[in-house]
Amino acid sequence: MKMTSTDRVLLLLTGILAAYQVAVGINGLDEIPIIAYTIAFGVLLVAGLLLIILGFEALDSPIVVVVSTVIPLALSLGLVWQHIASLRTPYLIFAIGGFLAVTLTRSIPVPGKLPTFVLAIVHGIAGMTIFLLPSILAANGTMKPGFALVGLGGAMIGLAGLLLSFLKAGKPIVPRSTILKILPSLLLLMTICFVAGFKLG
Amino acid sequence: MTAQLPITSLQSPTAKRRSKFAQFWLLVKPLQSGLLLATGIAGYMSAHTPPNFLLLLAMSASLFLAIGGSTIMNMWYDHDIDAKMRRTQKRPNASGELTRAEIFRGGMLISILGIGWAAAIQPLYGFVVFLGWFFDVAVYTLWLKRRTCWSIVWGGISGAMPILAGRVLAVGEIEIIGLLLAASVLFWIPTHTLTFSIKFFDDYNAAGVPTFPSTYGFETTRAVIALSSIIAAASIGTASVMIGVQAGILRLLIVLSSGLLLLSFATVFRPSERVNFSLFKYASLYMLISMILLSI
Repeated sequence: MKMTSTDRVLLLLTGILAAYQVAVGINGLDEIPIIAYTIAFGVLLVAGLLLIILGFEALDSPIVVVVSTVIPLALSLGLVWQHIASLRTPYLIFAIGGFLAVTLTRSIPVPGKLPTFVLAIVHGIAGMTIFLLPSILAANGTMKPGFALVGLGGAMIGLAGLLLSFLKAGKPIVPRSTILKILPSLLLLMTICFVAGFKLG
Repeated sequence: MTAQLPITSLQSPTAKRRSKFAQFWLLVKPLQSGLLLATGIAGYMSAHTPPNFLLLLAMSASLFLAIGGSTIMNMWYDHDIDAKMRRTQKRPNASGELTRAEIFRGGMLISILGIGWAAAIQPLYGFVVFLGWFFDVAVYTLWLKRRTCWSIVWGGISGAMPILAGRVLAVGEIEIIGLLLAASVLFWIPTHTLTFSIKFFDDYNAAGVPTFPSTYGFETTRAVIALSSIIAAASIGTASVMIGVQAGILRLLIVLSSGLLLLSFATVFRPSERVNFSLFKYASLYMLISMILLSI
């Protein structure tokens, strides 16, 4: 499916917002959240640029599954580190282990449904963390109400990540053409939610 | 076949209607010259001296004229090569829209204007601009391009002069940061030109221009691309730290440099036409964005 000019503009805006978040939006945080958010938004920025350059063909690369896992893992790690001090180390271990598990099961031949299972577990936990944690923090007043937008962005990234990962795994939830049609808008909306959520929260 | 035709036979009615200005504008390679100008502006802005917009404007104009002049001189000399390559045979120098004498006169006039203006603004700045022109026209184009694939090193040194010139104009001397910025452009250029020479391998072969792929093979060329990307990213990173850019800007540079390195390694370990093309495009974007970030 050919990428339209509108798609490229949407991806460019996504890249600009992600660049803003890396350069400005995370100033003043602790070291680990800064590293985690830089990885998340950095991957989003570079992926956006490559999509603009190569078109949707870039999604044919086997690395897409890993990339679409890095973003939610890094984002959720940053959030947990910032807001749940007691879970910092366990979640750091989960993030690193999850990343390695997804990378390994995609790099070497693994029989059965293990790769899909690993993918679903890692995406599921990371996605739920990004969705639930900011929503709860905003709802109980720990953070300002605007922080709930990060949760909304989390729901979108969970959706985008699952769609892409299962598409790459050869088990698309919806047709490829539909995924490609909504992907640039979904990425932009998701990034707007994150940037606004961090700013307003 | 095309190369053996009389050059006038390649003229199309549309081409004939192009104005002289439009023809020379094509010879200037506006995108490439614009990117080099952007490095010059970044070099000036990286000093973060009190803004002098009139000086910046004069620098931009003189630098663009000097870069454009050297590019035209390159086109003047390489008209026969351009006529043999499919990618370039419609250029006014190859198609015969402009005569060689016209191109030479135009190129020299624009070069003298640019270098003269630069020298009038500040002698040391003018000297660095002249060095860029000299390395491009005399060393790269006239002397080495048809003899050795290593000519790109001299082309690279020439391409590194605009950023050094901008920095020199701002700080008044040649210092380590200026040299590091120049090194970042110098080592970025192989990433750009070598991916280009892989992409248009047959064209360069047909024209008899020695390139890294034709001399050392694709594998070595890809390794050189990866190595030069590492050095370019390291140079720009070191220069950024020495300039004292904000932490956020540094983070962004690290992210963009990581993308460049990943793509460079992909060309070595997973070579394909697509990876090569994406590295070529990404490298240009990387340089443009890096220059903007250094200027902030």
